Formats: sequence, C-alpha cells, structure tokens
Amino acid sequence: MSTRQFGARVQRNEDDRLIRGKGRFVDDLPLPGAAHGAFVRSTVARARITHLDVSAALAVPGVLRVYTHADIGPLDQPMPLLIPHPCITHPRTQYPLARDEVFYVGQAIAFVVAEDRYIAEDAAALVEVGYEPLPVEVDYEKAAEPGAPLVHADVPGNIAARLAQRSGDPDAAFAAAEHITKIKVRVERSTAAPMECLATAARWDEVSGELTVWDGTQAPIGLRGALASLFDLDEHKVRVIAPDVGGGFGPKVHFPYANEVLVPWAARDLCRPVKWIEDRAENFVHMTHERGQTHEIELAATKDGIVLGLRDRFLHDTGAFIPYGIAVAQVAACQIAGPYRIPNIDVEFACVYTPTVPVTPYRGCGRPQANFALERAMDRLADELGIDRFEIRRRNFIRPDEFPYTRPNLIFADGLPVTYDSGEYERALDTLIEALDLPAFAKQQEEAWKQGRYLGLGLSFYVEGTGLGPYEGGHIRIHPITGKVYVNTGLTTQGQGHETVFAQIVADQLGCSPENVIVVEGDTGAYDWGVATFASRAAVVSGSAIHNTAVKVRRQVIEAAANMLEANPDDIELADGRAYVVGSPAHSVTLAEIATASNPLRYAFNKAAQSATQFAPAARSDGPPLAPGSHPGIEAVDYYSPPHATWAYGVHGAIVEVDPTTFGITVHRYVCVHDCGNMINPTIVEGQVAGGVAQGMGGAFYEKLDYDEDGSLRNAGFMDFLIPYATEIPDIEILHQETPSPLNPLGIKGVGEAGTIPVAQVIASAIDDALRPLNLPPLWSVPLSPSLLYAHVTAGGAR
Amino acid sequence: MTETTAATEATEYGPDDLVEIEVEVNGTVVREKVPPRLLLSDFLRHRLRLTGTHVGCEHGVCGACTVHIDGEPARSCLTFAAQAHGHRVETVESLAAEDGTLHPVQRAFKECHALQCGFCTPGFLMSVAALIRDRDDLRTASDEEIREQIAGNICRCTGYLNIVAAVRRAAELAGETTHETTPDERG
Amino acid sequence: MKPSGFRYAVPTSLAAAIAVRAEAEDSVILAGGQSLIPTMNFRLANPQVVIDLSRVPGLDGIEVSGGTVRVGAMARQRAVERDPRVHAANPLIRETLRHVAHPVIRNRGTVCGSLAHADPAAELPALLAATRGSVTAQGPGGRRVIPAAEFFEFIFTTSLEPEEILVAAEFPALEPGEGWAFAEFARRHGDFAVAGVAATLLLGDDGRIRRARLAACGVSHVPVVLTECEELLAGQAPTPDVFAEAGRLAQGAVTVADDSTTTAAYRRHVLAGVVEKTLRTALSRTGERR
Repeated sequence: MSTRQFGARVQRNEDDRLIRGKGRFVDDLPLPGAAHGAFVRSTVARARITHLDVSAALAVPGVLRVYTHADIGPLDQPMPLLIPHPCITHPRTQYPLARDEVFYVGQAIAFVVAEDRYIAEDAAALVEVGYEPLPVEVDYEKAAEPGAPLVHADVPGNIAARLAQRSGDPDAAFAAAEHITKIKVRVERSTAAPMECLATAARWDEVSGELTVWDGTQAPIGLRGALASLFDLDEHKVRVIAPDVGGGFGPKVHFPYANEVLVPWAARDLCRPVKWIEDRAENFVHMTHERGQTHEIELAATKDGIVLGLRDRFLHDTGAFIPYGIAVAQVAACQIAGPYRIPNIDVEFACVYTPTVPVTPYRGCGRPQANFALERAMDRLADELGIDRFEIRRRNFIRPDEFPYTRPNLIFADGLPVTYDSGEYERALDTLIEALDLPAFAKQQEEAWKQGRYLGLGLSFYVEGTGLGPYEGGHIRIHPITGKVYVNTGLTTQGQGHETVFAQIVADQLGCSPENVIVVEGDTGAYDWGVATFASRAAVVSGSAIHNTAVKVRRQVIEAAANMLEANPDDIELADGRAYVVGSPAHSVTLAEIATASNPLRYAFNKAAQSATQFAPAARSDGPPLAPGSHPGIEAVDYYSPPHATWAYGVHGAIVEVDPTTFGITVHRYVCVHDCGNMINPTIVEGQVAGGVAQGMGGAFYEKLDYDEDGSLRNAGFMDFLIPYATEIPDIEILHQETPSPLNPLGIKGVGEAGTIPVAQVIASAIDDALRPLNLPPLWSVPLSPSLLYAHVTAGGAR
Repeated sequence: MTETTAATEATEYGPDDLVEIEVEVNGTVVREKVPPRLLLSDFLRHRLRLTGTHVGCEHGVCGACTVHIDGEPARSCLTFAAQAHGHRVETVESLAAEDGTLHPVQRAFKECHALQCGFCTPGFLMSVAALIRDRDDLRTASDEEIREQIAGNICRCTGYLNIVAAVRRAAELAGETTHETTPDERG
Repeated sequence: MKPSGFRYAVPTSLAAAIAVRAEAEDSVILAGGQSLIPTMNFRLANPQVVIDLSRVPGLDGIEVSGGTVRVGAMARQRAVERDPRVHAANPLIRETLRHVAHPVIRNRGTVCGSLAHADPAAELPALLAATRGSVTAQGPGGRRVIPAAEFFEFIFTTSLEPEEILVAAEFPALEPGEGWAFAEFARRHGDFAVAGVAATLLLGDDGRIRRARLAACGVSHVPVVLTECEELLAGQAPTPDVFAEAGRLAQGAVTVADDSTTTAAYRRHVLAGVVEKTLRTALSRTGERR
C-alpha cells in the first residue's frame, strides 16, 4: 500500500533546481542576441507633455530604437478594463506610452531598445521631456472633495465608480439600536515588492509567425488573450510562458503592463528577441500598488454587544487609472461583516482617482482593509459596552449550524451573494484563547505596567472568500517510456509549491511517488484552458480539477492493468508506481508498461516497447487495436468549476511590548489559528501563512509609500521602504483547524492570503491594549511607526 | 583610450574601453574584457551565464546577489567586475559537489521548506554557507541570534521562520567544523 | 539601475592616485564601494573618474601602537572588527562596527570610506568624533592630520580638499578602566539610526566621572559631540538621575527637522533614551580594562 500523500509534509519537487541556482526566471533564460529595453518615465505626477525629443537618445551608439506613442501603431490605445462592472461610471485606463499627458510619476513615456541595459539607460536619460505641470491632489480623501484638482478632466469629482449595497434592513436596525459605535479608520497605500521585479522577454518567429513571450505573470492565459487581440493574431500563434517567477502577491496578475505589449512590439519590429527586466527603483513606480482605503464604519448593537446592523462608507484609492475594475473595493465591501451574523448591512464605496500609480489587488485584495475597519470597530464596541473583546466576538459569530449563511444582495467577486459554506469560528477562538493563556497574560500585564513596561494583547478574526471560478482544468498523461506522470493546469506558481501539492493529489490516485509526478504549468503552449493565480484559488480550483482528472486516469490505469494481468478491475491495487493484483504482489505491471501497452505500437523501438507485449494487450478487444471510442495512451482531461467561493477563516493573536524610550515594538508571541479546510501539505500551508503574516507585519509597522504633495514617491527603494528582515518578524505559532469545504471533492479552502489579512488589526489592537494605562484614544490608521506612536502618546498628554 | 604612464603608475580606462580581468570563478580561471562600469552581478549572470545569482535591488539592501569574494560573502551588485580582477569569486553554483551532492546548507533549506519562489535563496545560501563555516555554535544558538545573523537578506515569501530552522539544520548537517574561533573574535 | 559611464583609474602607488585625483575635475575614490556604488547605480552620483585604491599597496594596514589604533584607507570594516589588537586597545570600535549595516556589507566596506562619505546618520563618524580621533589626508601638497572636530563639515561633506585622498584614520586607545558603549535605535536591524550614540566614561579614584565623551549620529548635519552633556557629567557621580539629566540635555543637539517619517520631537526623545543607555552600559564596563 502506498502512504497517503494528501496531508503529508512532502518535500518540494521544485526545490532541487532552485537551491542549485538553476532556477529559470525570465532574466535567467538564454535568449541569444537579445536586445534590452528601458523606459523613460514621467518625473511629474500630472502634466501636459509639451515637448518630447528622442533624437539625442537615438544618437547613442548601441541604441536600436526609441519608441513613443506615435511609433507603436495599433498599440496606441487605452489598455483594456479587465473586469468591467456597471458601477464603474468613469472607467479610465492608460495608454502603453503616454500621449499628450501624464497622470502619475513613473508613467511610461518612451521605450528605448539597445544592445544592453546600460546603454538603454544612458539613452533614456537623454530623452528630453517638457512638462507643463497641472495641479494635483495626492491624498484620496481630499481628491474626493469638491473643488479638488481633477486627475481626468472629464471625470467629475475624481470618482471612477460608486457602489452601494444593502443586505437586510439596515435602517431599521440602526433605528432600533441600543448602542451605536462609529469610527473612522485609514489604511495607507503599499506595494507588494516581490523579490523579482517584473520581467518580459519576447521573440517573433518569422517563419512560423509565432510570438513567444516569457513573462513573470500570474496570468499567462489572460495575457495571451490580450496579446493575440492587440497584435491581431490567432491565439495559437501566441505562446506565453511564465517560467519560475520570484513572487507574485497579486500585482503580477494584472495585465497588460506597458512592457508586456512593448517588448513583443519591439521584438517584431527589430526581428530580434527583446527583453526588459525591471529594476527595483522602477518597480516602485510601475508595478501596481494597493491598500489605500478610508472607512467610516458604524455598528448598531444591543447593550449585550449583539451587532444587528453595520453601516460602512468607504473611499478606495484607485490611483490614476482603474484597469482592474473595482475588485479590491468589492472584496472589501463583501467581507465587511467578517465572521459575524450582522444580518443588516449598508455598505457603500467610491473609487477615487489620484495622480499616483494605479491600484490593483495585492495579497488580501481589500480583506485587510475590511478586517481593520470591522475589528477596530468591534474592539471599540467592546470597550464602550464594557464587554471583553473575545466575548463580544463570540456572541456575534455565525454558528456551525447556520451554514450555509448568505448575505443577500452583497455580491462577491464570483457574481453571487456572499455565502459562507462552513466553519467553526468559536472553536478557533477557543483554541487561540487557550494558546495565549489569557489569565496568565493578565497577570504578566499587570506586573509589566507596575514596572513601567507596556505589554498588550491584540486579536483579529478574519474570513476569506477563496477558490473563485470560473474554472480551472487539469490534464494528465502518463508517459510510456519513463512511467512519469505529467500534469498540466492553466494557472501558474510564483512559489506556492504547485509542483508538489498537485503531484501529491495525483500520486494518491495513481499510487506513485509525488517525485515521479511532473507538474508543468504556466505555459500556454503546454495547456491553455484556465484563468490565473490569484485570490487563494489555485489549490481549490486547479487542485480539484487535477483531482477529477486523476480519478479518470486511475480508472484507465486500472482497466488497462486488469486487461494486462488478466484480472478483475476490482482486484487491482495501485502502489509504488505499479498495478498489482490484490493478494499476489509479484503479479504486477508498472505504470510505464501500462502506458506503453495502451498505445498500440507497431515498432518495438526499445525494451520497454518490447516488454509491453509480454502481457495481454491492454485493450481487450476482438476488434481493431484501438477500439472505437477509446484513445491511445493513459491520458485524461477534466475541469472544476466552483459553485461559489468557499470561505476560509482564522483568528490571530499577539502579545506586543512597546518600548517607551524608542516606541519600537517587540512581538513576544504571535499565534495564528487558521482553517483552510483539508490541507494538501501542511508544511506548504504553514509557509503560506508565515509569509502572509510577514507581509502583514510589514504593512502594520514598517512599509509605507511616502508620496509628497506633488505626487513624487520619496521612498522608491529598499533603503527607505522598509521591508522587514528576519529580525523584525517574530516567531509565528501556527495552529491548524480543518473544517472541510463541502464545495469540492478534496474539501479544500484557499490559504494564500490568510496570513496577511488580520495583522494590522492585531498589532493596533495589541498596542492599544499595552498603552491602556495612558488612557489614549485608539489607533485608527496603519501602518504605524515609532514616530507616530510617540506623537500619539504625547498628544494624549501622557509622558 | 587606455593609458598607462610609467611616471604616474596608473592605468586609466575610458568609459568605452575594456578592462582585461582575470578572475577565478567557482574554481576556474576566467579571462574576460569588461567595461569599467559592468557590475559583477551582471558579469556573472550574463557574461559567464551563471544565472543562479539574482538581482533584487542593486543597492545592496536585499542580499539576493550575495556571492563570495575571496571566501567572504559580498554583494555582487555593489562590486564592479573590474574590481574582481585577481580575486576569487564563488557563486551558488559552487555549493554542490562535482558529483551533484548537495551542500549541507542546500539540503537544510530543502528539508526545512526554507524557500518558496527561490529568488532570494541563492543569496541566503551563500550567506549561510559562510556562517556555518565560520561558527560552530549555531546548532544551539537561539532564534534571536540566528535572526541577527541572517538579517541583511530579504525574503518576501517565507516569513523567515523556516530559514531560521534551516540555519540550525545546516549547522547540524555540517557537523563539527575545524575553524578555531578565539573568544575575542566572537566578542 | 546601472551606473553611467566613467573613466576608471587603477593606480598602483599613492602618488599616482593623488596625481590622477589632482588632474581630474570630478573624481571619486573607490575603496569598499558600499556607499559609493549604490549612489552610482541610482545615477545620483555620476563621477567622471573613479579611482580604485585597491591596488595601491600598504593602504590596508591596521596598526596599534603608541596608544593609537591606526586604520589604513583600504582596511575593511570586518578586518578591523575582528582584529584582537584593535579590540584590546579600544573595544568601542568593534561595538560600533557591529551596528554598521550588515556583516556582508562590512566584508567590503572600509572604515575610512565611511568616514570620507560623511553620512551624518552613519555610526563611524560619530565614533571618530566621540573618541577625538583624526584622519590623515594626503594630497599634492603633502600629508596632514585632520582632527575629527575639523573634518565633518556638512551632510556628505568633509574638509578634504578636492585633490586629497584619505589614507588613514586614527582612533585613540581607551584609558585603563575607561568604560565604553555604542547604542542606537534603528527601524530595522542594520539601518541608519534614528539616533545613535558612541560614549566613553572614565571614573576617577573617587568614583566620580573624570571624563565623559559622547557623540551622536542621525541627529544633525554632522556627527555631534554632545559637549553640554560632557560638561555636565564631568565631576558628577555616575547616578541614574545624572544620566537622565544628560539625556535631557542632549536633546538640544537635534537639529534635523521633521521629515515625512520622523518628527524632531520623536528624535529628541530617542536620543535622550540612547544617551542614558550608553552611559549606563559604559558605566558597567568601567574597570574592565585595567
């Protein structure tokens, strides 16, 4: 019998090449003769371009082209609005190269192609751009006020979209409330900062007319569609390959970036491969941002803390354009009530244009903001009513017997009303409470305060809609000679371990080792049905599709083996890469032999081909070698289309100390209890949670994009945009709970974003708790910093 | 134009001149001609096709480009290739043995799931390889101590937990080292 | 980001290096490159000539004699950090170096390079100022020694003449029984400090403070000797109250205005705490070196 792979802490298949330095990131791929691109980017946030002279740049030896908007033919059009929605009344997307105006610092104006990147940068520096600056308002709250300078002259009030949703009867709930809590919170803009910046390489094959693009994208199939459309090619003439990608985290699902269209354009124009490898300074002003939202949130409650109604008005900063639609705001709106019953909800948002880098989803996609707003409000409500923070949450949880729990009229990203399918929220809370040992902490805290130390505890409960459709597919073929199992799916990985977790799923069905299952994804030439990697969906959707496919393959293998071994299919077991008859393990045949035998051969070109004929033919039939309706080989395709999102959840708690001499913080303990349903590989799940928490910590205390009033980014680099090192991230204790999802065969829920969602609230909540003796107002915005905490404490009059 | 003046004992290269360099890279002596401004990271990756070393920031903060120069970890993005003339450089490709056997630090990272996307990993491997070579106390060092030693390399995927575990595991796998550290050096 | 083109000079003697420097209109010295090359990669610095000192023999020496630690221009920070003779003569040097960036940067960066770069937020300039060290500069006109107090003029600006090269730095050894400490508060491990202090403390036989020396980094346009603190402390008993007073007094040294991430008020608060901390630590180490 094989050991069950699902649920096992299997080591990763992808690691060997990565630890040897044989990874295949875009800039690692050999592309002989490639020319290199560099962009000329706007240094002014909002301006008319009065003058654009590329002649000096063209004169630099080694420069091949300098493209402006006038040189790119049909590409000179606004890029698509990827996810339209009727509430987007004023959609604006950008041209790949600016025409007469620029809308944010960093916007691409020209694209230089030269023999190498050094020369390309020399030339880019020589492109003369004349700007006539226009007034700007960078802060999105002010940009939404009457009279603010307009980002787009024809978009009144800078409002791109507005959506109001009501579930139940919120007005009645508020009218009947015994207590109303009202707060305003703000989350500042941030950036994902993956270790590998964006990267695009392209080659046109003049003979076959095919375009091949290597791109660090999370959406190769989507990008292929866009490129085929823009270049007016049949889709099968365009191949997009996402090789190894050094971190995605959301912004790489957006397409097409200017580079993604200009690099192929240049490659065709020059009849030469072209590559563009973004550098870190560019990444800060080119790759999309996210997180800027301000919520005015109210809770209508009974005096026992039962929240009957929620009202939220929020502004979402969408940057200068809105190419990804309202996804982030929509997700925030739909998650605003979290794990709580709150049957009456009134949530309205407006997406505001500002002259800054456009905003598209970043890990969490609005959930961190919604979580911060809701949980800050719950903390406040608890405080105002004199109810314990843990207890008030317990009183409001949706109970296990209430699932599926629907919020009518709150339409999620799957186009359906928010419906939570399963969960044990209270059990998770109890697990956290036990892990933190609250009574012991209370004593510790008292002692600490007596000593003049500030020790506090924070918590946050989150829910996460995962596993969005529309679908993903799986394709599996067992290769005849090697017996290795090849698996394809349409989405792609940026480090999440697909080559391992998908292999585990297949290995369970086929009784082989996951090491012998080879997952090839991210290549539209290998497989091209599917969507993309985002929103914690790969394990759920591709995992389920691959499972469905593997089940089919298992049946084929068993039937073929039964024929070959002249046994009954019910008596066939699969283990150790072989099929054998139960009770006589010596009477077996390997997967390789089965695969070879299922393909009627004429030529015994090697021993494997020869030996397959020792047994009875795989397809028992008196008719033709390949029976009508059957197919050669062991191969199958299947899909999974989720009926709706499946909801993961969790609760984090932390014990934090604030140092009164520096206002730095030390996180003494950080505990995550999370539930992502059945876990394919707990080690990989824990890695995702830990990585998410680290990004959440960055967003809570370190990482802030520092725009000045003119719209220039002061900290476009790692010196001043503070990504935490190992010394800034605490040890993270991860406790699992598994409430299987009823929506897919494996009972999986997504986990990719889980770690990030609640961290800002946990930290704010813990600091509030630590500083309780000082009687300060709560913290309403993130990220925090020592300097901000100092101001907060001294403004409160305390020393 | 390249000028060498006996009187001034200085070789000067113009920006478009090529500097002849001789560097031992991963045990092999390499002779190349490079522009003065070519960064060592680009030299290794594109001239020598040793693409294991990655470039994450080009300002020395993230550590993805870490290699060994004369046996000590160094940022290849903050070194000109010309400065490597006459020196010894080792990259991540030199860690595994000739027969493919993984270096203890590589094994440890794999065992401990200390990598996800793998982009920062070569820089960590080179930093940690030197660390376990130079110190024999990491098996029992505290998390805090290990975190201090690996601060200077950014990972955006793992949250560092498993990297800390991998450092300890690498020290275990490496067994006893022969390096003698005096109390002074360990301060 | 790739640097712009430059003339690259590789002198093999100090005289040659000086000659190239004197002739060039716009040259920079390449020692460790850990401060210079990032600015060149960002194209914030676009020097015409880069003078690589690494092939000039005799510049990497580290000597301890006659009560002075002398560090040559090309001596790497890590070599100085690890040198047992340096540590025996003046342990404040190693402790300060431990706060400079990260070990990997210190493998290449040089002590003199950091001093010449003169970032007021950097730790080594504060060390030089606190210990009343000096640098030796050499130019076409000869050699001169510049005390710390006359060396740092402004942000990234020293009193070196355009044709001079820094060839060594000198740090006095500590007195027997003199305590020492370096502390700083930085947002992340290895970052430039919000405020940092290098301090030494010498007690008299009566147990009172005979001499206190303190200098701060990150608080002004140059490293600041905390003169008022030094004067306050001299002759006092080394008590917590006195140290707290010194911390309060130090706050006046903060001249950096509010910036977008850090207020001056906060910086003053941090400086006070760091001053207290270094004095406490230095006190605990008095008598260690006899």
